[in-house]
Amino acid sequence: MSTDSSRVPRLRKPKLSPTYYWMVLPALALFLVFHTVPVVQGIYYSFTDSPGYGPSNFVGLRNYAALFSDPRVIHAYWFTFLIAIVATVVTNVIALAIAIGLNSRIKFKNGLRGIYFIPNVLAVLVVGYIFNYLFSNSLPALAAKLDIGWLENSLLGQAKTAWIAIVILAVWQSAAFNIILYLAGLQTVEPEVYEASALDGASAWRTFRSITFPLIAGFFTINMVLSLKGYLQIFDHIVALTGGGPGTDTESIALLIYKGGFQGGEYGYQSANSVIFFIVIVTLSMVQLNVLRRREVSES
Amino acid sequence: MTTAAAPPRTSGPAPRPVTAPKHRPKVNWWLTALLMVLSLTILVPLYFAVVTALKTTAELGGTGFGLPSSVQWSNFKDAWELTNFPRAALNSALITVGAVVVTLLTNSMVAYAIARNMDRKFFKGLYFYFVSALFVPFPIIMLPVAKQTALLHLDNRAGLILLYVVYGLAFNIFIYTAYINSIPRSLEEAAQIDGASTWTVFWKVIFPLLGPMNATVGILTCLWAWNDFLLPLVILSDPNSATLPLVQYVFQSQFSQNYPAAFASYLMAMAPMFIVYIFAQRWVISGVVRGAVK
Repeated sequence: MSTDSSRVPRLRKPKLSPTYYWMVLPALALFLVFHTVPVVQGIYYSFTDSPGYGPSNFVGLRNYAALFSDPRVIHAYWFTFLIAIVATVVTNVIALAIAIGLNSRIKFKNGLRGIYFIPNVLAVLVVGYIFNYLFSNSLPALAAKLDIGWLENSLLGQAKTAWIAIVILAVWQSAAFNIILYLAGLQTVEPEVYEASALDGASAWRTFRSITFPLIAGFFTINMVLSLKGYLQIFDHIVALTGGGPGTDTESIALLIYKGGFQGGEYGYQSANSVIFFIVIVTLSMVQLNVLRRREVSES
Repeated sequence: MTTAAAPPRTSGPAPRPVTAPKHRPKVNWWLTALLMVLSLTILVPLYFAVVTALKTTAELGGTGFGLPSSVQWSNFKDAWELTNFPRAALNSALITVGAVVVTLLTNSMVAYAIARNMDRKFFKGLYFYFVSALFVPFPIIMLPVAKQTALLHLDNRAGLILLYVVYGLAFNIFIYTAYINSIPRSLEEAAQIDGASTWTVFWKVIFPLLGPMNATVGILTCLWAWNDFLLPLVILSDPNSATLPLVQYVFQSQFSQNYPAAFASYLMAMAPMFIVYIFAQRWVISGVVRGAVK
């Protein structure tokens, strides 16, 4: 077989230098060992009761069955979806608005762009600790001064309000990236297009709705898909702000897999959770991509 | 609006001098002011971190936005000693530089071999194999990977560099191949006729042409490796090889006694990348954009 496949192309095409194979084989081997094998291992462990060490038994689909009736897991999914969806929408609305502002005829364009991009170069975890202090000390003190009752307790104290703080941190940190991407998209729009639209007496909103937005729809799609995929994996933000607490009320899926898998002796069980999580992320990305692509086509 | 559009038409023969002054006087000052006010949302938390890091613990409390009564540089000294900042910074630097250098040298080469042989099944399959990993988020493989690296004695800085290089493949091959496809083959063919081997062709002809993509991949890898928390958290077993973000996490319980020192530590952890960014701002932004638009 191997002689066949190496001979046939040689007859049809100029000889292929074996160097090309040497260029990719080490990478292929490492990728197999550190990416593909772990994926397969994870799937294998999802059918066992492994605590992460020592012997384990094959339990079939029991882990999967248990996942769907585990309130901690269901809550983590619900909580992650809540944050991911709200943060995706808020990030993109804010980022698009700021990008349009930065693309207008303003002064200090480069300086402002530079400032808005700063959060992207900072570690989420470290920024998160700063925000943690702001949310648990400064904001309540400020609320007390201004007499805003409901803000006088730390937002981080309960899941009902902690998700808002998590979304704020997430948007603060990652809007920077989306702003820059939208800005790159807006710069592909020829200024003549706006001039023509202004000539027709279109309002700013109308121009945005019927001209600008359809022209940058591709960038909107990329941003929405990347944001949602990123936020579904939210981890650092929550470690820094709440650590998943109080109790397990603010755990995201990634944090739950980490805690249960490494500290809770639920290696097999959380492997099953990972497999479900994987399917969820791929499905959502695909659905989102399809819906947004269709919009792109129908609008332009 | 119609009056604004009228001048270019009447003075048709000289469009350039007309459009240039047209842009200048129309600076939208209201929008500029609005964007400056909004940029405070970025700057205020950073300002807060700086003033907090310079206070005494007794001065904390209230909203905390006031300036310190006297600047306490000793907080930085405390944080420096408590977290062993030089060691953590060195670990972060070693891992980041290692990841960037090895990623640039290897990922570009793999992408080159794939891009130039996409008409062969093996290489085409390889392309889709690597790129499909973009759909596999890290939390899914983190449990087995942690186990495996420990087994192979790679639960250290070298192992971490290796993982950044390998996990970067998916995205980097994606953007490198797109870029290599835009480089005409005639250059390589000329070199080959002169007797250069494939190896020489890549390093002498192609690699230097990858400049803009190398910048993009380098910047993205640098930001990723420097700021990453989850991978060091699950891979590194020796506390002495902890990176800067990991150290902030490890010292949380001790920081709660001394918030100013904690903030000093946060600032020191953020400073290196922040300083690099200030000096290479345009370069960093354009690099990130190039990576995202591909």
